[in-house]
Amino acid sequence: MKKNWTKFVVVALSCMMAFMLAACGGGGSSDAGEASPVLLGNTGPLTGPAAIYGNAVKNGGQLAVDEINAANPDGIQLAWQAEDDEADGEKAVNAYNKLMDDGMKVFIGSTTSGSCVAASEKAFEDRVFELTPSASQVAVTEGKDNVFQLCFSDPNQGVAAADWVVANMADAKVGVIYNNASDYSAGIFDKFKAQYEASGKQLVAVEAFSDDANTDFQAQINSMKNAGADFVFLPIYYTPASNILIQADKIGYAPTFFGVDGMDGILTLEGFDTKLAEGVMLLTPFIATAEDEATQNFVAAYKDAYGEEPNQFAADAYDCVYAVYGAMNAAGLDASASHEEICEALIAQFAGDYVASGVTGAEMEWNEAGEVNKTPNAMVIENGVYVPVK
Amino acid sequence: MAERILKNISSRGLKNAVKGNEYRREASISYGILIGGYILFQILAAAGLIGHNLQGQFVPICVYISLAVSLNLVVGISGELSLGHAGFMAVGAFSGILMSRILGQSMSFEPAIIIISMLFGALIASLAGFVIGIPILGLRGDYLAIVTLAFGEIIRNFMNVLYFGFDGNGRLRFAFNHTIEGVENNDRIITGAIGATGTKTMATFTWGLLLCLFTVFIVLNLKNSKQGRAIMSIRDNRIAGESIGLDVRKYKLMAFVVSAALAGMAGCLFGLNYSTLVPVKFNFNTSVLILVFVVLGGVGNIWGGIIAAALLTVLPETFRQFADYRMLTYAIVLILVMICTYNPAIKARITGIWAKINPVKKKSGSSGKGKGKKSRKGAA
Repeated sequence: MKKNWTKFVVVALSCMMAFMLAACGGGGSSDAGEASPVLLGNTGPLTGPAAIYGNAVKNGGQLAVDEINAANPDGIQLAWQAEDDEADGEKAVNAYNKLMDDGMKVFIGSTTSGSCVAASEKAFEDRVFELTPSASQVAVTEGKDNVFQLCFSDPNQGVAAADWVVANMADAKVGVIYNNASDYSAGIFDKFKAQYEASGKQLVAVEAFSDDANTDFQAQINSMKNAGADFVFLPIYYTPASNILIQADKIGYAPTFFGVDGMDGILTLEGFDTKLAEGVMLLTPFIATAEDEATQNFVAAYKDAYGEEPNQFAADAYDCVYAVYGAMNAAGLDASASHEEICEALIAQFAGDYVASGVTGAEMEWNEAGEVNKTPNAMVIENGVYVPVK
Repeated sequence: MAERILKNISSRGLKNAVKGNEYRREASISYGILIGGYILFQILAAAGLIGHNLQGQFVPICVYISLAVSLNLVVGISGELSLGHAGFMAVGAFSGILMSRILGQSMSFEPAIIIISMLFGALIASLAGFVIGIPILGLRGDYLAIVTLAFGEIIRNFMNVLYFGFDGNGRLRFAFNHTIEGVENNDRIITGAIGATGTKTMATFTWGLLLCLFTVFIVLNLKNSKQGRAIMSIRDNRIAGESIGLDVRKYKLMAFVVSAALAGMAGCLFGLNYSTLVPVKFNFNTSVLILVFVVLGGVGNIWGGIIAAALLTVLPETFRQFADYRMLTYAIVLILVMICTYNPAIKARITGIWAKINPVKKKSGSSGKGKGKKSRKGAA
């Protein structure tokens, strides 16, 4: 009995192995053949708590690829594949390797920073060009000549926010509530503080919270109030931010709240009274209600395809695909180029004078470190919609 | 007294039964799977038959095997439920990475860096295991499960505010705040929630195999030593163990600390396999995942844990073709496997089918009762 059982396990095991090998073997598509499109790969959290971001990137990229293929039937044809990484570095490396097995030519980054750092290390080793839509950490691009960001890096966002506050809110008493368990939030806060204090000013209050305690903000809000802060910087995502707005309103504390791109989404949050968000300011590269033609077209096409309003992540991915496509054309590449050839050619473009425009910025330029240079928009919420700050 | 009884047991009748058969069988299967798998996959990889995806998982698979085996020491052999194995993994990973960065400043010989870092990770993790083991292992009931659960969470939150970096003179400094005195932000090694970044990835499949072999060696030898039999006798009947004078706390602590040290080692190799490592990785889910390996492989069954860890690590990746239904498929498969391996009726059916296919050596005996003495349900 026991022996048989052991044998069963062995047989089951060998079946599994055969299955695995078959699954892996099937992936390696050949580079030969004129018609094979250039595969753009992405890894992001398609499942789990951050799935909203991963799926937005997946959809935004798909939309851009479809548009390009339809508009240029004679040009380079693209293909788009997004793999789930659960916002986990380990899974991101697995997903990246899966994409390589499938013949990926250009890596449109991981969606979240933590995964992206791990995956871009592999992309650097394999010489695959990478342009990440939304991984904003510095470590993503650091020391890797072939990795570029389409979004602002965290420090640049912090620096931009501090510069904006110093320039426009010179007399404000500034307080900060940030999430010290989030690399995004802590990264922005780091630079914001340094840049703000470099201008000779002091923050009147700094309070932190963590992911495990992001519903009750009484202590942090009271600290802001007692310190007399009339301008509170919230470099956090919109869900905890909405709780802060609600609880501040309850105790009658009404400073000017100021957020960054993570604040985008607060108006569409279910069950949240948008009146509380009146007067909230944020610095962001993309606003779905912006009135320029590119944005309007993108939003309409996206709504058409996926039945919802695109967020910033979808816009970032959309711009990434167009930026890579533009650079490939500028470099004179064709679809048969290997990923190493594409990589070197695109590095020359992106680190050089290549300028792309899209829905998240009119003139995006990159430096050799891989950081993007574009102008963030300061927006304020008035009557339930974003309008540019005058 | 107890020592003498155990010694006598081992030196007399049981010696052949326990050492000769069970031990040799378990050891040969365990080492066989590890070495056989290593050789098979090295050949396949060299022949270009397996893709990046599977090759990239070699090291994590080895790490999870090692974690499953070391957790089995606590859950299966010592009979305590530990829900904080990822915590020890985290301690080992971050201290190991730190050590590798310190050594990396003056050394370039990678094997030495890896070995010293792993030993350092094991040391710090065993200290952590010792510190939380001392006050609680003397207790009865499920206290260990609760405390280890809390420990895992505490470690993760502690890592969230821990900052390490080199100052201008190459000296290590740390803080519980964003800004470390005298350290440029770019020279930070471990930065709170962002975790460790810029780690030089040194782990290879061979190191993974060595880690697994070492872990299995330690666990099997401990299990089959005088101390191991004491640990198991306490598990099976604590009062009887105490009545012959066994120091319950000492033996439980022994299993717990060794398990923590091995988890620290595995964590270190895991850390050295990725250029970045975030504390969130070591949350409760990871602890449960390792526990699932152990339960699925059979509590107390070393080679079962090895197979379960390897399969369950690879499984979610093989389901990528199901796209959106990937995790759903994984969950269903997991449930099916759990049912099939633990349901006597299904097991009897499968055994029956197997017997039809392969009717050569059908042993008489109760079909369906399953693994008999090995199927110890859970712990405590």
